[in-house]
Amino acid sequence: MAKVLVVTSGKGGVGKTTTTAALGAALAQLGHKVAVVDFDVGLRNLDLVMGAERRVVFDLINVAQGEAKLHQALIRDKRLPNLYLLPASQTRDKDALTEEGVERVIGEMRDRFDWIVCDSPAGIERGATLAMRFADVAVVVANPEVSSVRDSDRIIGLLDAKTARAERGDRIEKHLLLTRYDAGRAGRGEMLNVDDVLEILSIPLIGIVPESEDVLKASNVGSPVILHNATSAPARAYAEAAQRLCGEDVPVSVPPAEKKGFIGRLFGRRAA
Amino acid sequence: MNLFKIFGRAPSSAPVARERLQILLAHERKSACNSELITVLHREVLQAITKHIDIDPDKVEVTIHRREAMSVLEIDIEIEAQSMNNAIAAQADKAA
Repeated sequence: MAKVLVVTSGKGGVGKTTTTAALGAALAQLGHKVAVVDFDVGLRNLDLVMGAERRVVFDLINVAQGEAKLHQALIRDKRLPNLYLLPASQTRDKDALTEEGVERVIGEMRDRFDWIVCDSPAGIERGATLAMRFADVAVVVANPEVSSVRDSDRIIGLLDAKTARAERGDRIEKHLLLTRYDAGRAGRGEMLNVDDVLEILSIPLIGIVPESEDVLKASNVGSPVILHNATSAPARAYAEAAQRLCGEDVPVSVPPAEKKGFIGRLFGRRAA
Repeated sequence: MNLFKIFGRAPSSAPVARERLQILLAHERKSACNSELITVLHREVLQAITKHIDIDPDKVEVTIHRREAMSVLEIDIEIEAQSMNNAIAAQADKAA
Protein backbone atom coordinates (compact mmCIF):
# COMPACT_ATOMS: atom_id res chain seq x y z
CA MET A 1 0.00 0.00 0.00
CA ALA A 2 1.33 3.38 -1.00
CA LYS A 3 2.11 5.84 1.75
CA VAL A 4 1.95 9.59 1.42
CA LEU A 5 4.50 11.34 3.62
CA VAL A 6 4.54 15.10 4.19
CA VAL A 7 7.72 16.85 5.29
CA THR A 8 6.59 19.98 7.07
CA SER A 9 7.70 22.47 9.75
CA GLY A 10 5.88 25.80 9.71
CA LYS A 11 9.14 27.72 9.92
CA GLY A 12 11.32 28.20 6.86
CA GLY A 13 14.96 27.27 6.58
CA VAL A 14 14.93 24.37 9.04
CA GLY A 15 15.72 21.71 6.40
CA LYS A 16 12.47 20.51 4.82
CA THR A 17 13.85 20.32 1.28
CA THR A 18 17.12 18.73 2.41
CA THR A 19 15.07 16.21 4.38
CA THR A 20 12.68 15.47 1.50
CA ALA A 21 15.60 14.79 -0.86
CA ALA A 22 17.50 12.71 1.70
CA LEU A 23 14.54 10.63 2.91
CA GLY A 24 13.33 10.12 -0.68
CA ALA A 25 16.75 8.83 -1.71
CA ALA A 26 17.09 6.71 1.44
CA LEU A 27 13.69 5.06 0.91
CA ALA A 28 14.62 4.40 -2.75
CA GLN A 29 17.89 2.82 -1.62
CA LEU A 30 15.86 0.50 0.59
CA GLY A 31 14.23 -0.76 -2.63
CA HIS A 32 10.98 1.22 -2.59
CA LYS A 33 9.61 3.06 -5.58
CA VAL A 34 9.60 6.69 -4.48
CA ALA A 35 8.39 10.04 -5.80
CA VAL A 36 9.34 13.34 -4.18
CA VAL A 37 6.87 16.16 -4.85
CA ASP A 38 7.63 19.87 -4.50
CA PHE A 39 4.62 21.84 -3.22
CA ASP A 40 6.45 25.15 -2.98
CA VAL A 41 4.76 26.79 -5.97
CA GLY A 42 6.61 29.91 -7.09
CA LEU A 43 9.71 29.11 -5.03
CA ARG A 44 10.63 25.62 -6.12
CA ASN A 45 13.96 24.29 -4.90
CA LEU A 46 13.68 20.55 -4.59
CA ASP A 47 14.76 20.24 -8.26
CA LEU A 48 17.94 22.17 -7.43
CA VAL A 49 18.79 20.18 -4.32
CA MET A 50 18.20 16.96 -6.30
CA GLY A 51 20.36 18.20 -9.20
CA ALA A 52 17.51 18.04 -11.73
CA GLU A 53 16.95 21.77 -12.32
CA ARG A 54 17.82 21.60 -16.03
CA ARG A 55 15.51 18.68 -16.72
CA VAL A 56 12.20 20.27 -15.65
CA VAL A 57 9.64 20.36 -18.47
CA PHE A 58 6.21 19.99 -16.85
CA ASP A 59 5.29 20.45 -13.20
CA LEU A 60 2.75 19.64 -10.50
CA ILE A 61 0.33 22.37 -11.60
CA ASN A 62 0.42 21.22 -15.25
CA VAL A 63 -0.55 17.74 -14.10
CA ALA A 64 -3.13 18.96 -11.57
CA GLN A 65 -4.81 21.07 -14.26
CA GLY A 66 -4.70 18.28 -16.82
CA GLU A 67 -2.28 20.07 -19.17
CA ALA A 68 0.27 17.27 -18.91
CA LYS A 69 0.20 13.59 -18.04
CA LEU A 70 1.84 12.48 -14.80
CA HIS A 71 4.49 10.43 -16.62
CA GLN A 72 5.45 13.48 -18.72
CA ALA A 73 6.14 15.58 -15.63
CA LEU A 74 7.97 12.99 -13.52
CA ILE A 75 11.77 13.26 -13.68
CA ARG A 76 13.67 10.06 -13.09
CA ASP A 77 16.74 10.37 -10.88
CA LYS A 78 20.02 9.65 -12.66
CA ARG A 79 21.56 7.90 -9.65
CA LEU A 80 18.66 5.83 -8.34
CA PRO A 81 16.38 4.27 -10.98
CA ASN A 82 13.40 3.95 -8.62
CA LEU A 83 13.45 7.59 -7.46
CA TYR A 84 11.35 10.24 -9.25
CA LEU A 85 10.79 13.97 -8.83
CA LEU A 86 7.61 15.93 -9.52
CA PRO A 87 8.71 19.58 -9.51
CA ALA A 88 6.68 22.64 -8.54
CA SER A 89 5.92 25.44 -10.93
CA GLN A 90 8.29 28.38 -10.77
CA THR A 91 6.08 30.87 -12.55
CA ARG A 92 2.47 30.23 -11.63
CA ASP A 93 0.40 31.86 -8.98
CA LYS A 94 0.10 29.53 -6.01
CA ASP A 95 -3.71 29.77 -6.22
CA ALA A 96 -3.43 27.71 -9.41
CA LEU A 97 -3.15 24.64 -7.16
CA THR A 98 -6.58 23.36 -6.11
CA GLU A 99 -7.54 20.72 -3.59
CA GLU A 100 -9.33 18.66 -6.28
CA GLY A 101 -6.27 18.84 -8.55
CA VAL A 102 -3.92 17.73 -5.79
CA GLU A 103 -6.25 14.92 -4.75
CA ARG A 104 -6.34 13.58 -8.29
CA VAL A 105 -2.53 13.71 -8.74
CA ILE A 106 -1.86 12.08 -5.37
CA GLY A 107 -4.49 9.43 -6.11
CA GLU A 108 -2.85 8.61 -9.42
CA MET A 109 0.58 8.48 -7.77
CA ARG A 110 -0.66 6.07 -5.10
CA ASP A 111 -1.15 3.48 -7.84
CA ARG A 112 2.41 3.86 -9.12
CA PHE A 113 4.62 4.41 -6.07
CA ASP A 114 5.33 2.91 -2.65
CA TRP A 115 6.18 6.28 -1.12
CA ILE A 116 5.08 9.77 -2.14
CA VAL A 117 7.15 12.32 -0.21
CA CYS A 118 5.63 15.82 -0.26
CA ASP A 119 7.93 18.78 0.41
CA SER A 120 5.78 21.43 2.09
CA PRO A 121 6.41 25.15 1.70
CA ALA A 122 7.00 27.15 4.90
CA GLY A 123 4.06 28.86 6.57
CA ILE A 124 0.53 27.66 7.28
CA GLU A 125 -1.22 28.86 4.17
CA ARG A 126 -2.66 27.13 1.12
CA GLY A 127 0.54 25.48 -0.15
CA ALA A 128 1.36 24.05 3.27
CA THR A 129 -2.17 22.84 3.98
CA LEU A 130 -2.43 21.24 0.52
CA ALA A 131 0.92 19.48 0.98
CA MET A 132 -0.34 17.85 4.21
CA ARG A 133 -3.97 17.41 3.08
CA PHE A 134 -3.77 13.80 1.81
CA ALA A 135 -0.84 12.58 3.93
CA ASP A 136 -0.82 9.34 5.91
CA VAL A 137 2.42 10.13 7.71
CA ALA A 138 4.07 13.43 8.67
CA VAL A 139 7.69 14.20 9.44
CA VAL A 140 7.83 17.48 11.37
CA VAL A 141 11.28 19.02 10.92
CA ALA A 142 12.43 21.21 13.81
CA ASN A 143 15.62 22.90 14.90
CA PRO A 144 16.44 23.05 18.64
CA GLU A 145 15.49 26.71 18.71
CA VAL A 146 12.47 28.49 20.21
CA SER A 147 10.78 29.85 17.07
CA SER A 148 11.11 26.56 15.23
CA VAL A 149 9.67 24.58 18.15
CA ARG A 150 6.75 26.97 18.49
CA ASP A 151 5.93 26.74 14.77
CA SER A 152 6.21 22.95 14.90
CA ASP A 153 3.62 22.89 17.67
CA ARG A 154 1.29 24.90 15.47
CA ILE A 155 1.85 22.54 12.53
CA ILE A 156 1.12 19.50 14.73
CA GLY A 157 -2.21 21.14 15.61
CA LEU A 158 -2.98 21.60 11.90
CA LEU A 159 -2.05 17.98 11.10
CA ASP A 160 -4.59 16.87 13.71
CA ALA A 161 -7.29 19.20 12.38
CA LYS A 162 -6.95 19.95 8.68
CA THR A 163 -5.81 16.72 7.02
CA ALA A 164 -8.24 14.44 5.20
CA ARG A 165 -7.31 11.64 7.62
CA ALA A 166 -8.06 13.77 10.69
CA GLU A 167 -11.39 14.83 9.21
CA ARG A 168 -12.33 11.17 8.65
CA GLY A 169 -11.51 10.53 12.30
CA ASP A 170 -8.36 8.53 11.47
CA ARG A 171 -5.05 9.17 13.13
CA ILE A 172 -2.23 10.72 11.17
CA GLU A 173 1.16 9.27 12.10
CA LYS A 174 3.45 12.10 13.22
CA HIS A 175 7.22 11.98 13.72
CA LEU A 176 9.71 14.56 14.87
CA LEU A 177 12.99 15.00 13.01
CA LEU A 178 15.40 17.23 14.87
CA THR A 179 17.90 18.87 12.50
CA ARG A 180 20.98 21.09 12.87
CA TYR A 181 21.55 19.55 16.28
CA ASP A 182 24.80 20.35 18.05
CA ALA A 183 25.33 17.86 20.87
CA GLY A 184 28.21 19.91 22.29
CA ARG A 185 26.15 23.07 22.65
CA ALA A 186 23.13 21.13 23.98
CA GLY A 187 25.41 19.50 26.54
CA ARG A 188 26.66 22.89 27.68
CA GLY A 189 23.11 24.18 28.06
CA GLU A 190 23.42 26.60 25.15
CA MET A 191 20.82 24.83 23.03
CA LEU A 192 17.56 23.02 23.75
CA ASN A 193 18.41 19.33 24.06
CA VAL A 194 16.55 16.37 22.56
CA ASP A 195 14.57 15.67 25.73
CA ASP A 196 13.46 19.31 26.03
CA VAL A 197 12.04 19.34 22.50
CA LEU A 198 10.43 15.91 22.86
CA GLU A 199 8.79 16.87 26.12
CA ILE A 200 7.41 20.09 24.68
CA LEU A 201 6.10 18.66 21.39
CA SER A 202 5.25 15.15 22.65
CA ILE A 203 5.43 13.31 19.32
CA PRO A 204 7.81 10.38 18.74
CA LEU A 205 11.35 11.01 17.48
CA ILE A 206 12.31 9.62 14.05
CA GLY A 207 15.88 10.91 14.02
CA ILE A 208 18.45 13.53 14.95
CA VAL A 209 20.45 15.11 12.14
CA PRO A 210 23.55 16.86 13.43
CA GLU A 211 24.67 20.29 12.27
CA SER A 212 27.17 19.41 9.56
CA GLU A 213 29.12 20.87 6.67
CA ASP A 214 28.13 17.89 4.55
CA VAL A 215 24.57 19.19 4.08
CA LEU A 216 25.71 22.36 2.30
CA LYS A 217 28.37 20.50 0.33
CA ALA A 218 25.72 18.10 -0.97
CA SER A 219 23.25 20.83 -1.97
CA ASN A 220 26.07 22.77 -3.67
CA VAL A 221 26.48 19.92 -6.13
CA GLY A 222 22.80 18.97 -6.36
CA SER A 223 22.88 15.65 -4.57
CA PRO A 224 20.80 14.34 -1.67
CA VAL A 225 23.20 14.27 1.29
CA ILE A 226 22.72 10.53 1.64
CA LEU A 227 24.13 9.92 -1.87
CA HIS A 228 26.84 12.55 -1.73
CA ASN A 229 28.69 11.20 1.28
CA ALA A 230 27.05 8.04 2.56
CA THR A 231 29.31 7.74 5.61
CA SER A 232 28.75 11.31 6.86
CA ALA A 233 26.82 11.78 10.09
CA PRO A 234 23.73 13.39 8.44
CA ALA A 235 23.62 10.65 5.78
CA ARG A 236 23.61 7.96 8.47
CA ALA A 237 20.93 9.82 10.44
CA TYR A 238 18.67 10.04 7.37
CA ALA A 239 19.29 6.41 6.38
CA GLU A 240 18.24 5.28 9.86
CA ALA A 241 15.21 7.59 9.86
CA ALA A 242 14.09 5.98 6.58
CA GLN A 243 14.43 2.52 8.15
CA ARG A 244 12.28 3.64 11.09
CA LEU A 245 9.65 5.00 8.68
CA CYS A 246 9.48 1.51 7.21
CA GLY A 247 8.75 0.13 10.65
CA GLU A 248 12.21 -1.20 11.51
CA ASP A 249 13.19 -0.99 15.13
CA VAL A 250 16.42 1.01 14.98
CA PRO A 251 17.23 2.89 18.20
CA VAL A 252 17.78 6.65 17.77
CA SER A 253 21.28 7.65 18.76
CA VAL A 254 22.30 11.21 19.63
CA PRO A 255 25.07 12.09 17.18
CA PRO A 256 28.25 13.00 19.06
CA ALA A 257 29.60 16.56 18.95
CA GLU A 258 31.77 17.18 15.90
CA LYS A 259 35.39 16.77 16.87
CA LYS A 260 37.52 19.78 16.19
CA GLY A 261 41.26 19.57 15.84
CA PHE A 262 43.57 21.66 17.96
CA ILE A 263 43.80 24.40 15.31
CA GLY A 264 40.03 24.36 14.82
CA ARG A 265 39.51 24.90 18.53
CA LEU A 266 42.03 27.71 18.62
CA PHE A 267 40.40 29.64 15.82
CA GLY A 268 36.87 28.88 16.85
CA ARG A 269 33.83 28.62 14.64
CA ARG A 270 33.51 28.60 10.92
CA ALA A 271 30.23 29.30 9.25
CA ALA A 272 28.55 26.14 7.99
CA MET B 1 31.55 36.06 29.96
CA ASN B 2 34.99 35.02 28.73
CA LEU B 3 36.04 34.32 32.30
CA PHE B 4 33.00 32.08 32.66
CA LYS B 5 34.05 30.29 29.48
CA ILE B 6 37.57 29.66 30.68
CA PHE B 7 36.31 28.05 33.86
CA GLY B 8 33.58 26.17 32.02
CA ARG B 9 30.70 27.80 33.86
CA ALA B 10 28.83 29.72 31.21
CA PRO B 11 25.30 30.39 32.48
CA SER B 12 23.05 28.16 30.38
CA SER B 13 20.27 29.65 28.29
CA ALA B 14 18.56 26.44 27.19
CA PRO B 15 16.49 26.05 30.42
CA VAL B 16 15.20 29.60 29.87
CA ALA B 17 14.18 28.70 26.30
CA ARG B 18 12.46 25.59 27.54
CA GLU B 19 10.47 27.39 30.20
CA ARG B 20 9.42 30.22 27.88
CA LEU B 21 8.20 27.70 25.31
CA GLN B 22 6.26 25.66 27.83
CA ILE B 23 4.38 28.71 29.08
CA LEU B 24 3.71 30.10 25.61
CA LEU B 25 2.56 26.83 24.09
CA ALA B 26 0.28 25.99 26.99
CA HIS B 27 -1.50 29.24 26.19
CA GLU B 28 -1.45 28.89 22.39
CA ARG B 29 -2.74 25.32 22.42
CA LYS B 30 -5.75 26.50 24.39
CA SER B 31 -6.64 29.40 22.15
CA ALA B 32 -5.40 29.45 18.55
CA CYS B 33 -5.98 25.96 17.17
CA ASN B 34 -9.42 25.43 18.66
CA SER B 35 -10.88 28.88 18.34
CA GLU B 36 -13.43 28.10 15.59
CA LEU B 37 -14.68 24.99 17.34
CA ILE B 38 -14.85 26.78 20.67
CA THR B 39 -16.91 29.61 19.20
CA VAL B 40 -19.47 27.15 17.83
CA LEU B 41 -19.60 25.09 21.01
CA HIS B 42 -19.95 28.20 23.14
CA ARG B 43 -22.90 29.45 21.09
CA GLU B 44 -24.74 26.13 21.00
CA VAL B 45 -24.19 25.31 24.67
CA LEU B 46 -25.54 28.74 25.52
CA GLN B 47 -28.61 28.19 23.31
CA ALA B 48 -29.34 24.81 24.89
CA ILE B 49 -29.02 26.00 28.48
CA THR B 50 -30.90 29.30 28.13
CA LYS B 51 -34.04 27.38 27.16
CA HIS B 52 -34.21 26.23 30.79
CA ILE B 53 -31.95 28.43 32.89
CA ASP B 54 -31.34 32.16 32.76
CA ILE B 55 -27.55 32.56 32.37
CA ASP B 56 -25.11 35.34 31.64
CA PRO B 57 -23.29 34.58 28.32
CA ASP B 58 -20.04 35.91 29.80
CA LYS B 59 -20.19 33.30 32.54
CA VAL B 60 -19.92 30.39 30.08
CA GLU B 61 -16.33 29.16 29.65
CA VAL B 62 -15.51 26.55 27.00
CA THR B 63 -11.94 25.23 26.90
CA ILE B 64 -10.28 22.34 25.11
CA HIS B 65 -7.13 20.82 26.57
CA ARG B 66 -5.33 18.84 23.89
CA ARG B 67 -3.26 15.78 24.73
CA GLU B 68 -1.69 13.12 22.55
CA ALA B 69 -4.04 10.26 23.41
CA MET B 70 -7.12 12.04 24.72
CA SER B 71 -8.35 15.62 24.94
CA VAL B 72 -10.53 17.19 27.60
CA LEU B 73 -13.48 19.43 26.77
CA GLU B 74 -14.24 21.60 29.78
CA ILE B 75 -17.49 23.54 30.02
CA ASP B 76 -17.75 25.80 33.01
CA ILE B 77 -20.99 27.71 33.62
CA GLU B 78 -21.67 29.97 36.57
CA ILE B 79 -25.35 30.24 37.52
CA GLU B 80 -26.73 32.66 40.07
CA ALA B 81 -28.68 31.10 42.94
CA GLN B 82 -31.87 32.94 42.00
CA SER B 83 -31.78 31.74 38.34
CA MET B 84 -31.17 28.17 39.47
CA ASN B 85 -34.12 28.29 41.90
CA ASN B 86 -36.39 29.75 39.21
CA ALA B 87 -35.35 27.07 36.74
CA ILE B 88 -36.01 24.25 39.22
CA ALA B 89 -39.38 25.71 40.13
CA ALA B 90 -40.37 26.15 36.47
CA GLN B 91 -39.47 22.56 35.67
CA ALA B 92 -41.46 21.30 38.67
CA ASP B 93 -44.51 23.32 37.52
CA LYS B 94 -44.27 21.75 34.07
CA ALA B 95 -44.07 18.25 35.52
CA ALA B 96 -47.03 18.85 37.80
